[in-house]
Amino acid sequence: MVVELFLDLLSQPCRALFIFAKKNNIPFVFKHVELLKGHHHSEEFGKVNVLKKVPALKDGAFTLAESIAILLYLSRKFNTPDHWYPSDLQKRAQVDEYLSWQHATIREKGCKIFITKVLVPLAGQPFSPETLEEAVEELNSALKQFEEKFLQDKPFIVGNEISLADLVAIVELMQPVGCGCDIFENRPKLAEWRSRVEEAVGKELFQQAHELILNVKNLSTTQLPPELREHVKQFLKT
Amino acid sequence: MGLELYLDLLSQHCRTVYIFAKKNNIPFEFKRVELFKDSILGRKMPGGNNPGHSREGQHCREEFGKVNILKKVPALKDGVFTLAESTAILLYLSRKYNTPDHWYPSDIQKRARVDEYLSWHHTNIRTNAPKTLWIKVLIPLFTGQKLPPEKLQEVMDELAISLKQFEEKFLQDKPFIVGSEISLADLVAIVELMQPIGVGCDIFEDRPKLSEWRNRVEEAVGKELFQEAHEIILNIKELSNLQIDPQLKEHLAPVLRKMMK
Repeated sequence: MVVELFLDLLSQPCRALFIFAKKNNIPFVFKHVELLKGHHHSEEFGKVNVLKKVPALKDGAFTLAESIAILLYLSRKFNTPDHWYPSDLQKRAQVDEYLSWQHATIREKGCKIFITKVLVPLAGQPFSPETLEEAVEELNSALKQFEEKFLQDKPFIVGNEISLADLVAIVELMQPVGCGCDIFENRPKLAEWRSRVEEAVGKELFQQAHELILNVKNLSTTQLPPELREHVKQFLKT
Repeated sequence: MGLELYLDLLSQHCRTVYIFAKKNNIPFEFKRVELFKDSILGRKMPGGNNPGHSREGQHCREEFGKVNILKKVPALKDGVFTLAESTAILLYLSRKYNTPDHWYPSDIQKRARVDEYLSWHHTNIRTNAPKTLWIKVLIPLFTGQKLPPEKLQEVMDELAISLKQFEEKFLQDKPFIVGSEISLADLVAIVELMQPIGVGCDIFEDRPKLSEWRNRVEEAVGKELFQEAHEIILNIKELSNLQIDPQLKEHLAPVLRKMMK
């Protein structure tokens, strides 16, 4: 039985998985879960992931949530090239370190920008420039740490080759870009790193994965169903 | 030079590393960091021209600054190799010292379950549970102001949601998160949940399944080691006599004001 990946490419972690699976020729069935249509609340999807979030994996009877867990599972099951999650103890630790750190920093702040600039208006709520400014400031702070601690003067986060760390980082950073906040502008080192990552992934695959988010402005005409508007409102309270 | 672990046992992430290292007899030098005295959280790392700081304290700060520019604990130094983030440190130690399989099972599905928990934990239990300490003890300590009870209730309500998910999705009816033996997932979870306990929010009361799981984890770790690791957090009242570095107070003021909103 083929692995099923439950994805919405609007979501950063879903893109990481999509790219990783495609790049490594891992056979999978793309199960489209459209977040803006509330598909993740369906009973059927609840059986795959009771937390009702994407991405999710189904491998026979085995189900799994959390993109990092899924990336690591796929890398092990399909024996992907070493550079993605190096067997060298220290390099591996550096990947783990980034994957852990990014949750509450790059990921959280990138999400905040997406929510403030795109989701809030979609939910029919007033847009708050102060919240956006705050989110951008926080992301700037995280980007500074990213460049100083994780990237430094290396081509990739863990040395000479792309790893899961770079993949997880790049998809998160494309979220603000899709919202019109070009975080690579005025950051030449970061922009160069982005080019290297795009090339290592393959430009075509990278574009394909990011088509939705880079056209997110077209979503402004999508009406969210009322239940989802409610869900977004709840989400926005936290 | 041996393994050095920079820890303040007030921090739940440090406790995980401490317990794991001790339980597995991993030899290490305990480099004691006192978060609130050493200005570790502050942006300004005290340099040579800061009056009022002892030479010894200063040396430790500089040394620490080189180890971890993220200025957070825990941190590891193994020869010239330095590492931050407790998850990364735990995994590194488990591999380097070949710890028993159950901590991070080689079976890829069980291992995936540990990874799944460790990832989810970041954005759920880890964002909620520590707030209880801030609201009940640290913010009043730093600002001299008590927070209204609604603030604590808000946090407890959020935490209740996370705990529900924890029980329904991760624990279910199993003795431990990944089956019949303790793993890194249980260890990471338990230390975080001891944070509210330390400040008098007994999240195990009225949650018998969770409470039983706690007992099993304590036993698997060893009650003595568990108590030892949690001595500081369980005697948090001692903190009210703590002398806080004024630079740190200054640095944290905007952060705290945001939390109080």
